[in-house]
Amino acid sequence: MKGIQLDLISEDKLDGMTSMEKVRLILDEVRNGKILVLEKGLTPNEQTKLIELTMTEIAPDDFAGIEIESYPVKQNDSFFSKLLGKNTMKTRLTVIGPAAQLKTIKKDRDLISALVSP
Amino acid sequence: MGIIKKLGLNFTWFKNLFKKKIARIGIYGPPNAGKTTLANRIVRDWTGDAMGSVSNIPHETRRARRRQGVTIDSNGSSVTLDIIDTPGLATKIDFKDFMAFGMSEEDSKRRAKEATEGVIEAVKWLDDLDGVILVMDATEDPYTQVNVTVIGNMEARKLPLLIAANKIDLPTSSPARIHSAFPQHPLIPISALEGQNIDLLYKQIAEHFG
Ligand SMILES: Nc1nc2c(ncn2[C@@H]2O[C@H](COP(=O)(O)OP(=O)(O)OP(=O)(O)O)[C@@H](O)[C@H]2O)c(=O)[nH]1
Ligand SMILES: [Mg+2]
Repeated sequence: MKGIQLDLISEDKLDGMTSMEKVRLILDEVRNGKILVLEKGLTPNEQTKLIELTMTEIAPDDFAGIEIESYPVKQNDSFFSKLLGKNTMKTRLTVIGPAAQLKTIKKDRDLISALVSP
Repeated sequence: MGIIKKLGLNFTWFKNLFKKKIARIGIYGPPNAGKTTLANRIVRDWTGDAMGSVSNIPHETRRARRRQGVTIDSNGSSVTLDIIDTPGLATKIDFKDFMAFGMSEEDSKRRAKEATEGVIEAVKWLDDLDGVILVMDATEDPYTQVNVTVIGNMEARKLPLLIAANKIDLPTSSPARIHSAFPQHPLIPISALEGQNIDLLYKQIAEHFG
């Protein structure tokens, strides 16, 4: 069967990886034409790393970059995070694919609608 | 111990008294949002100079530019800034998009290459800033990765951010949509091109970056 491969990566797997491992994995998979859905989003720092690495790999007629959609980070102001003096950033579900194949149709606070083309 | 502490305190006080800090403010956003149009307006209003070239073809700015020592006076308070106009941030750059504007293939490929370098430069600048003006085209969908990434990075660094909802002179613009996407940050609806609400923006700049 021919088609587009969709990989759903769990939060557990992502938590066990370093930033660079995550960014590398994403870019390698996307360059192979896969669409990835991450259960947990990237940190702001990982997002900029991914953008930088993507830019270095863009080449005419080969790779035009990525389409990536996620939700705005939610600030975690819970009582316990305040008590611990931590202001952790909560990141959420993220969809990433090759710009040539994945087009976002619509996105709002709670919904991402995307079109995948062969 | 007590004396050292006292000295430390006095030293900081002394430094603050004589060395007025200049805030480094980056103008960020996706390509074509109107960053350079805004930078030109700010720099022209307060120094009389211009900053860079503007175009309807995306990725016109491909090198960050810094204008030092721009003093803005608003409502009796004064703030001196270094303004950095940055290349538009993107996650994809296709040279064919430039050809659609009538550019030659060669020029389009060169522009694309320079644009990728510009994006990296803009990202690197995030490490050296005291604040950001995030410019969005208010006629477009605000929920983009570029906007999310800039906002997330400023929040992680605990640095101030102003959202300039630009192009309100256009009938389809909706600053309200931007506000509902990112309600936690101050938003100023402006037209960098025609000048609407620019005084309001200066007031906010003086308040947040002073
Ligand atoms: N209608 C309208 N057009 C604007 C406004 N601000 C900028 N533009 C237009 O939008 C286009 C892009 O403006 P630039 O200032 O070059 O945008 P930029 O964000 O610097 O773009 P890059 O350098 O490519 O990242 C130009 O055609 C401008 O004339 C505005 O307030 N209203
Ligand atoms: Mg520009």
